[in-house]
Amino acid sequence: MANVFTRVGDWVNERAPGMAPMYRAHMTEYYAPKNFNLWYYFGSLALLVLINQIVTGIFLTMNYNPSAAGAFNSVEYIMRDVEWGWLIRYMHSTGASLFFVVVFLHMFRGIMYGSYKKPRELVWLLGMLIFLVLMAEAFMGYVLPWGNMSFWGAKVIISLFGTIPYIGNTLVEWIMGDFLPADATLNRFFALHVIALPIVLLLLVVLHIAALHEVGSNNPDGVEIKKGPKGNRWDALKPADGIPFHPYYTVKDLVGVGFFLLIAAFIIFFAPTFGGWFLEHDNFIPANNLATPSHIKPVWYFTPFYAIVRMIPSFLGSAVWGVLAMFGAIAVLFALPWFDRGKVKSIRYRGTGFKVALGLFVVSFIALGAVGAGITAEVIPVWFGDVDVTFWENLFGRLMTLVYFGFFAFLWVYTHFGWEKTKPVPERVTTHD
Amino acid sequence: MANEVVDHGRRRFLTATTAVVGGIGIVSAAVPFIKSWEPSARAKAAGAPVTQSLAKIEAGQLLTVSWRSLPVFVLNRTKAQLATLPMVDSRLVDPKSDGASADQQPKYAQNEARSIKPEWLVMIGICTHLGCVPDFVPEIKPEPFDPEWKGGFYCPCHKSRYDLAGRVFQGVPAPKNLPVPPYHFIDDSTIQIGVDPKEAG
Amino acid sequence: MTKRQLLMKRYIFPVALAFGLIVGSASVQASEEGGLPPAGTNVQDQASLQRGAKLFFNYCVGCHSLKYMRYERIASDLGLTEAEVMENLNFTGAKFGEPVVSHMPAEMAAKWFGKAPPDLSLEVRAKGADWVNAYLNSFYLDPSRPVGWNNTVFPNASMPFPLWELQGLQTAVMTEAKPGEDAKVEKLVLSQPGKLTPAQFQQASRDLTTFLEYASEPAALERHHYGIWVLLFLAFFTLLAAMLKKEYWKDVH
Repeated sequence: MANVFTRVGDWVNERAPGMAPMYRAHMTEYYAPKNFNLWYYFGSLALLVLINQIVTGIFLTMNYNPSAAGAFNSVEYIMRDVEWGWLIRYMHSTGASLFFVVVFLHMFRGIMYGSYKKPRELVWLLGMLIFLVLMAEAFMGYVLPWGNMSFWGAKVIISLFGTIPYIGNTLVEWIMGDFLPADATLNRFFALHVIALPIVLLLLVVLHIAALHEVGSNNPDGVEIKKGPKGNRWDALKPADGIPFHPYYTVKDLVGVGFFLLIAAFIIFFAPTFGGWFLEHDNFIPANNLATPSHIKPVWYFTPFYAIVRMIPSFLGSAVWGVLAMFGAIAVLFALPWFDRGKVKSIRYRGTGFKVALGLFVVSFIALGAVGAGITAEVIPVWFGDVDVTFWENLFGRLMTLVYFGFFAFLWVYTHFGWEKTKPVPERVTTHD
Repeated sequence: MANEVVDHGRRRFLTATTAVVGGIGIVSAAVPFIKSWEPSARAKAAGAPVTQSLAKIEAGQLLTVSWRSLPVFVLNRTKAQLATLPMVDSRLVDPKSDGASADQQPKYAQNEARSIKPEWLVMIGICTHLGCVPDFVPEIKPEPFDPEWKGGFYCPCHKSRYDLAGRVFQGVPAPKNLPVPPYHFIDDSTIQIGVDPKEAG
Repeated sequence: MTKRQLLMKRYIFPVALAFGLIVGSASVQASEEGGLPPAGTNVQDQASLQRGAKLFFNYCVGCHSLKYMRYERIASDLGLTEAEVMENLNFTGAKFGEPVVSHMPAEMAAKWFGKAPPDLSLEVRAKGADWVNAYLNSFYLDPSRPVGWNNTVFPNASMPFPLWELQGLQTAVMTEAKPGEDAKVEKLVLSQPGKLTPAQFQQASRDLTTFLEYASEPAALERHHYGIWVLLFLAFFTLLAAMLKKEYWKDVH
């Protein structure tokens, strides 16, 4: 048996001598810092979810019908008549939400340990592009079941483009191919969701990893292992603090995969709608162009950005400002490596100002999510009694929007003028946990 | 560091066990995806038994009924047509349907006429060669494809020939007799296709 | 740090995350329907499902369809034979493999009730079991409405109450109208008892809600059945992976 494998290996090697070195460069001879902690699971988990989405997605297309008349019925057909169709659909819908959970945590890790800083700006930019495409991918996928939330979600999000002066209305009609979300809209979203965007996503993921492997991984200490001493037990010329990705991080990631699958399986089998957060109640009502759901809100992972749109009032006769602010909220993330002029990467050795600002940034992001999801509107009357809910919600939401953008402004001032009091960064990575 | 002894046995054992358990997981996870290709509840409902009245089918007439989207031939054979069956026995591949074609009909239709009642032939009109629908050519007269034609079915795709009981001739591409579906008589003039007499009770 | 603290630090996050997800999902589900009494349904209770199906097919199917639900599926999931379903439940004349479609013509229904009766296949998924159960308990006589009925959970519903002979007739006790405001319903009282006692009727409405909950997601029965085994398998796999990781990481200092 082993002999057969060797011979097949030799056969391939003779014809494609470049393949084995490529495998080694990215797996057995890719030296990653040995001090990765829990936060470093989320990259491989994002890849796992991407594969899940592609496989389950392919099987869903086999029974899904991308037409306004048939889409809703075909989803219920998958849920009831297709053998195991319910499992495949729940794997896909749960995967979509968990994708964002994992990606948000992965991005937070990057901010916390300064993984976006030189020399990894390109890795960060490619990652942000993945995030942008992922949001488009998720939005279009959300429209496909053609429930009432799908329909009105599509209507509202496409209308964002209608706020652009002069060309807005034409642009909206062009995107929809009709005067309301209709067959044409559903068909083009289907094509983009199942073919175009997945190809772009895969390409970007390859580039993201390729760019990472050029410069090497950052770590919780923010120490460049390539600049440290050389020589480890596998290679005398490689960083002393590096360990081969395979087998050490492959087996470690396997543990992360196990934990993650436990959580995912729990949701899929015991709480697939996740109380209306992953699959919304109103989306079990077929699309109705005459009745907007009473609690219209986007699916949870868009709520922070949606809240920003809502918090900016229209002025000068235009609603474009809220939309600009929302895109701005994503744009500032792209520009993060240039806002932060600090030399120290990891939060472990950064100034108190950074720690406090990052904490507030996370609070503002979650708070904006709560505003966008309508939680504040429900909670304010319960906690504070008979008050003007809209006034207090707007005040809170605007404050949080300020905090969100304030993080980036503060970071620039704080680091540009050298106000940050950092702690000394160790020469070598630490392995105290 | 390097002086530490690695327990290779334990390492190999754990690697193999994890790989096997993970492999079982992946294979089990693949099962629902493979099963999702089976006929769905809708397809099965559409493939439910079909009831057909025989009252209006005259002697010598053929009616095609759709069952599970398959064309089912229902032929009311005349005495003269039944009489042609033994005449062609010597030119057939499996005249008694007990050789290569033993599984082409239920037990209760494994007879010379390949039917429950001799005059009523019920069979799936899908050529056993590559799945075309054979033409019904009932007249007893020399045909270009067979000068001694006694009536039967002729497949336009690759010229396979069957007699009036769906039995395949020698020297044609088709290997087996045309299949007979499960069916039973609800009463003298009504059949149900898709249910055996035994199941019907 | 001591070994114990290290362990805490390493595992507290995933454990907290998993725990948070479980508690979060449970509490979210509980708080979701806001203020309505819990329906107390259990789709695993086959007897309750069978009673609910009987109620549905006797009182509801005249107007409401379950267009995604096949008779055959109901039979196999509720432990009924084909004959039992076709004789006792199927009053629409459909074949065993066909879905439950009401005979009421949509245009006529729209004329009679002002609105065609909705399909109920996904009613519980859209509104929640608590809402459906509360709705079934909240009809009262209201001569001002076209069909003579009103509902406190869904004010001005266009549906007459088909279960009145079971529950009896409820009438509303109104609050005193404040100036500029309409009087509100303070509570409902049973002015004429029905065939069932209030406790029996509550059970009946719960059975009916259970059946509709099942109809809105028949896969729920399978989900729970397989879910346990999947979790056990994954726990075993994770344990093995953790042991493997520990073994390899002996190399790393």
